[in-house]
Amino acid sequence: MAEQHLSPRLIPDRLQSRSSRMLKSWESLLLVVAILIFALNSFASPYFLDPWNLSDATFNFTEKALIAFAMALVIISGEIDLSVASIIALSSTAMGLAVTMGADTPVLVLVGLGTGLFCGMVNGLLITGLGLPSIVVTIGTMSLFRGLSFIILGDKAYTGYPESFAFFGQGYVWWVFSFELALFAVCAVVFGVLLHKTNFGRTVYAIGNNQTAALFSGVRVGRVKFILFLLTGLMAGIASICLTSRLGSTRPSIALGVELEVVTMVVLGGVSILGGSGTIPGVVLAAFIMGMVTFGFGLLNVPGIVMSIFIGALLISVIALPILWSRARRRMAQ
Amino acid sequence: MKLFKTLMVTTAVAMALMANSAHAETKKIALVVKALGIGFFEAANKGAQEAAKELGDVEVIYTGPTTTTAEGQIEVINSLIAQKVDAIAVSANDTDALVPALKKAMERGIKVISWDSGVAKDGRSMHLNPSSSPLIGNMIIKLAADQLPEGGDVAVLSATATSTNQNVWIEEMKKVLPNYKGINVVATVYGDDLADKSYRETQGLIQSYPNLKAIIAPTSVGIVAAAQAVTDAGKTGQINVTGLGLPSEMAGHVKSGASKSFAIWNPIDLGYSATMIAYDLIGGAEAKPGAELKMGRMGAVKLDDNNEGAMADPFVYDASNVEEFSKIF
Repeated sequence: MAEQHLSPRLIPDRLQSRSSRMLKSWESLLLVVAILIFALNSFASPYFLDPWNLSDATFNFTEKALIAFAMALVIISGEIDLSVASIIALSSTAMGLAVTMGADTPVLVLVGLGTGLFCGMVNGLLITGLGLPSIVVTIGTMSLFRGLSFIILGDKAYTGYPESFAFFGQGYVWWVFSFELALFAVCAVVFGVLLHKTNFGRTVYAIGNNQTAALFSGVRVGRVKFILFLLTGLMAGIASICLTSRLGSTRPSIALGVELEVVTMVVLGGVSILGGSGTIPGVVLAAFIMGMVTFGFGLLNVPGIVMSIFIGALLISVIALPILWSRARRRMAQ
Repeated sequence: MKLFKTLMVTTAVAMALMANSAHAETKKIALVVKALGIGFFEAANKGAQEAAKELGDVEVIYTGPTTTTAEGQIEVINSLIAQKVDAIAVSANDTDALVPALKKAMERGIKVISWDSGVAKDGRSMHLNPSSSPLIGNMIIKLAADQLPEGGDVAVLSATATSTNQNVWIEEMKKVLPNYKGINVVATVYGDDLADKSYRETQGLIQSYPNLKAIIAPTSVGIVAAAQAVTDAGKTGQINVTGLGLPSEMAGHVKSGASKSFAIWNPIDLGYSATMIAYDLIGGAEAKPGAELKMGRMGAVKLDDNNEGAMADPFVYDASNVEEFSKIF
């Protein structure tokens, strides 16, 4: 925690002008990285700068980014939710079950959202009601939710989704802009406003920076956290609808390992894993970066393991960079 | 003037020829596997490269996700669509989840086939099975009979009593049994694909049937356990263990003599055939029920009503080649 207070981002530095702070901010660095990757990709592959190809590429990150927005809030508040991928699986299974009972698209959407909310509620109750650490609870529910899908589905799959259901994961709103991309944009704005422009957003930062102080200042910490986990469950439900629709089928292994990619996206976006700081624009940029790196490497047929190494190296360097930077500055000041 | 004309014509012809040769560019065939870094698929890639070399104008893109997920394969397929490859040959992580992505590929003019692990009918033009149930049923009894010119008692060690695959193979085996004179199938026992239960069931067989000459285990777990039980009972040379197994697990037992030979598909041939079929489809061949698609040195594959076809007999592994393949899978 000591390191965190020493990092330059958290010191209210009013001596700098607004524009100079913007220039030195995490988001501008990410923007530079994003532009660089975009340029490198267009240079490396003749197929990159094609509207339809770029549109296809957005599917690599939209679903994960939807969850990442809510996850960013959870992590800023000093908690974590590792059960999101399993919530996707359970929501998808519930929707598949509803299909076998003859449900149509509107009902399926309600079932998906409802299951997500329910899972979020379970997490929230265990964490805020019983006061258990979120990492322990969500590791538990991670196995629990996916385990339930395995019990319901076994080695079978649900495939009979109605044709109209395909819109959420395969449909286009206008020209190359898919429904998922539009949803991503809308959610980015909604979460951006929620975190940066509302009292609720301020309390999330307050809890992450100092939970006890927040509590004594009259913030209803438990309630805020409960809402955050509920929100994450809901976003996982939405992501589940998109993914299920895109795959047109459900298997209990759906979205395996996605929780770590979501957390990676959030941390890459400049959200402190220790809580207390981070922005939604940062997460949006990180989502684009991860999507473009995956797609760009894919176009060059770089094996997936190299991509993982690249993302891993990127992640470690973005976490290490501010720490090293602040150390160097301290040394210079001495 | 005439000279000028001749020159003109020659130049035009030459240019046309050059343009033509530029048009005959290499065809890109993508071999998409369940995950990279698996010996079985690396071997399939070896076969695909062999096919590319033989065909000349083919570039094989060997690719796949890091983990065996459908989502990972879809990302790979999307990037292949973007690269405008000519064909995709996929061993699927999920029968159904890949269908929308592969449908999109086919809509954009890419030939799609599945091999090894199939895709649902809507998502591919044909599926290549490594073998077929009748071929497997025949092969497992043939492996036992080949070592028994005088005939004798054989027993079957299967997986579970409800295993669909094994039951079909054993049924097919019994159909062709009359072709092998003097071979008696005395018992079928079930080891449930558990090493210890398979081991005990084999011990039971050895005690109950003193004249037992061979044990057929059409399961990779059972065959290893049976070979171990035969070795431990000191019956090596008297009872031959055969069936379906993996070379890496069976190499030791072939060396010790507990197993003279066994069979399983050859991944090299599978990758080779998939590439050859993809090339045939790019060249204009149509995948429809009853059609025959060319597979180079592997002959041709005939498609059934589901547009599925079987490549060949299971490949036989014995002392001469098991060592080499045990490094692969």
